[in-house]
Amino acid sequence: MSVLVYTESEQGKFKKTALEVASYAKAVADQMGTTVTAITFNTEDTSLLSNYGVDKVLNVNNSQLETFNANGYANVIAQAAAKEASKVVIVSSSADCKYLAPLLAIDLNAGFASNVVEAPSSTSPFTVKRTAFTNKAFNMTTINSDVKLVAVSKNAFGLKENSSSATAEDFAPSVPENGVKVESVDKVSGKVTIADAEIVVSGGRGLKGPENWGMIEELADVLGAATACSKPVSDLGWRPHSEHVGQTGKPVASNLYIAIGISGAIQHLAGINASKVKVVINTDPEAPFFKAADYGIVGDAFEVVPKLIEKLKAFKAQQ
Amino acid sequence: MKILVCISHVPDTTSKINFTEGDTKFDTNGVQFVINPNDEFGLTRAMWFKEKQGASVHVVNVGGPETEPTLRKALAIGADGAIRVNTVATDGFQVAKQLAKVVQDGGYDLVIAGRESIDYNGGMVPGMLAGLLKANFVNNCISLDIEGTNATAAREIDGGKETVSTTLPLVIGGQKGLVEESDLRIPNMRGIMMARQKPLNVLEPIDANAETESVKFEKPAPRGAVKLVDADNVEELVNLLHNEAKVI
Ligand SMILES: Cc1cc2nc3c(=O)[nH]c(=O)nc-3n(C[C@H](O)[C@H](O)[C@H](O)COP(=O)(O)OP(=O)(O)OC[C@H]3O[C@@H](n4cnc5c(N)ncnc54)[C@H](O)[C@@H]3O)c2cc1C
Ligand SMILES: Nc1ncnc2c1ncn2[C@@H]1O[C@H](COP(=O)(O)O)[C@@H](O)[C@H]1O
Repeated sequence: MSVLVYTESEQGKFKKTALEVASYAKAVADQMGTTVTAITFNTEDTSLLSNYGVDKVLNVNNSQLETFNANGYANVIAQAAAKEASKVVIVSSSADCKYLAPLLAIDLNAGFASNVVEAPSSTSPFTVKRTAFTNKAFNMTTINSDVKLVAVSKNAFGLKENSSSATAEDFAPSVPENGVKVESVDKVSGKVTIADAEIVVSGGRGLKGPENWGMIEELADVLGAATACSKPVSDLGWRPHSEHVGQTGKPVASNLYIAIGISGAIQHLAGINASKVKVVINTDPEAPFFKAADYGIVGDAFEVVPKLIEKLKAFKAQQ
Repeated sequence: MKILVCISHVPDTTSKINFTEGDTKFDTNGVQFVINPNDEFGLTRAMWFKEKQGASVHVVNVGGPETEPTLRKALAIGADGAIRVNTVATDGFQVAKQLAKVVQDGGYDLVIAGRESIDYNGGMVPGMLAGLLKANFVNNCISLDIEGTNATAAREIDGGKETVSTTLPLVIGGQKGLVEESDLRIPNMRGIMMARQKPLNVLEPIDANAETESVKFEKPAPRGAVKLVDADNVEELVNLLHNEAKVI
C-alpha cells in the first residue's frame, strides 16, 4: 500500500526534483496513513532520501537501464508498484517523466493527473489541483481509478524535510526490449539547462543582435543561471532553438526569471508563468511584461544589465 | 504508408480564459478554436510524407460536432480524409482508448500527435495511445524521417537533442522543428473547395471510461502590481531579490 515515488538521478546523484517528489509523496502517505517507497535507477548513494521521509528504497542496478529509455523505465516502475501494492504512484514533470508517465499510466491502468501543484485536497476521493490553459487557470481533478498516477510540477510543492530511516533494497526487475534506440546525443555540456535551473536569464528581440548576448551570458554566469530567449530570437538564429521558451518552446518553472528586452506577449508568458519571481528590464513602460512581473526596471538593457552584473558581483563577493 | 494525425481542437492562444456553470465548464463564448499548434507542425510534416513518399493522411478528433470546422481546416491543408469520434473528450485515457480503436481498425503505420495540447496541457494522449497499441513512441519529436518500416527521429532533451532510430508502427508526440514555422500552410481557396468534397466520417464511440474527472476550475489569485526600481538604482533590485523575494 506504500506510496511509490520515482526519484530521478543523473550520473548516480539525485536531482533536486527527486527530493521534491519525495517530499510530495511523504505528504500523500501521511494523508493516507501509509509509508513511502522510492524507486531509483543506478544511484550510488540513496541515504539522502532519509531526509525527505522515504521509508524504503528500491535501487535498480541494471546496465540495460544505464541510459534513460521511456518504455523500459515505465515498465520497471510498474513492476515496483505491483510489488509494493501501491495505489498511488508519483513522478516529477521533468522531460523524462513527461515521456514515461503516459506509458506508465497504461501499464498501471491508472488515471493520470499531470502538472499537479499541491498536495491532494482529499485522498478519498483523490482530488488534486493541476494547472491548465497554459497556467492561466487551475483545474481540480479527481482520479477515480484504483491505482492513481500523479506528476508533480517543478518548484510547486518545494522541498520539505522529514527525517526517516530508509532501508535500501536491490530490485532486479525484468527489462522489456527497447524499441527506440538512442543513436547520438548532442548536448551542450557543463551548462546549466533550463529544465534544471533555479534561475533563468532570458533575452528578447530588444537586444538587437546575437553579438549582444555576451552580457546575458555574463549575468547568467554570475547567478549560476541558464540562458533562454524569446521565440523570434531563436527563429532569427541569434540563439539555438533549445533556448526558446514559451508556449511553443520549453516551459520554465524556475525560482527567478529575468526577462531582458522581451515584450511579454501572451504566448511567451504562457510558458514562463510558472516561475516564482519574475523580473523585467525593458525600455518601454507600456510593455505587457510589466503587468506579469514582480519587479521591473524601465530602462535600456545596455545600461542596466552591466550595472546589474557589477552589483551582483559585489553582492556575491560579500556572501 | 498510412498516417493518422491526431488533431486537438483548442482555444486560440490569445483567448480569454473564463468559466461558467459554477466554474465547472470552460466558457466558449467568443472564443476562437484552432488546430493545436503542435498538431499543425505534425500535419505539415505528414503533407511532406504524402507529397514525397506517397503516404495517405487522415486526421482524427475525438469530440462533438463543434470540432468539425477544425477538421475541415485540416482537410483544406491537404489531409485525404477526416474522422470524428462522436463523444465529449473527458480525459486523456478515454481519448487514447477511442483513438486506439481508430488506429487498429484503420491499420495506420504512423500516428502523429502533438507533445501537448494547449488547453488542458495533459501531455498524455500520445504516450497513452502508444502504450495501448504497444507501438514505439518518440516524444518531443523535432524531426522525423521514414524509410520502409524504419524511422529516424530527433527529440528535444534538456539542453540539446537526441537522435533515435526505431520502427513502425510508431506514435510521436510532435512539436515545432518537425517542420519550421515558415513551412506551415494556410488553407487556400482551392484547398477549402476541395475539402468540401473530402470524407468526414463520424464514428460512434466505443465503451471507454474516463479515469479522471474535472471537478472545478479556479483562476489564479490576482497578482500584486509590479515593483518598479529606478534604472539608476540597480543595487535596490539586488537587495529586493535577496531580502524580500529571497531568490538570490
Ligand atoms: C502560435 C504562437 C506561438 C508563439 N509561441 C511563442 C513562444 O513560445 N515564445 C515566445 O517567446 N513567443 C512566442 N510567440 C511570439 C510572441 O507572440 C511574440 O511575438 C514574441 O514573444 C516577441 O518576442 P520579443 O519580446 O523578444 O520581441 P518584441 O515583441 O519585438 O519585443 C522586444 C522588446 O524589447 C524592448 N526593447 C527594445 N530595445 C530595448 C533595450 N535597449 N533595452 C530593453 N528593452 C528593449 C521593446 O520595448 C520590446 O518590448 C508565439 C506566437 C504565436 C502566434
Ligand atoms: N480529443 C482529441 N482528439 C484527437 N486528438 C487529441 C485529442 N486530445 C488530444 N489529442 C492529441 O494528443 C496530443 C496531446 O494532447 P494532450 O494529451 O491533451 O496534451 C494533441 O496534440 C493531439 O495530437
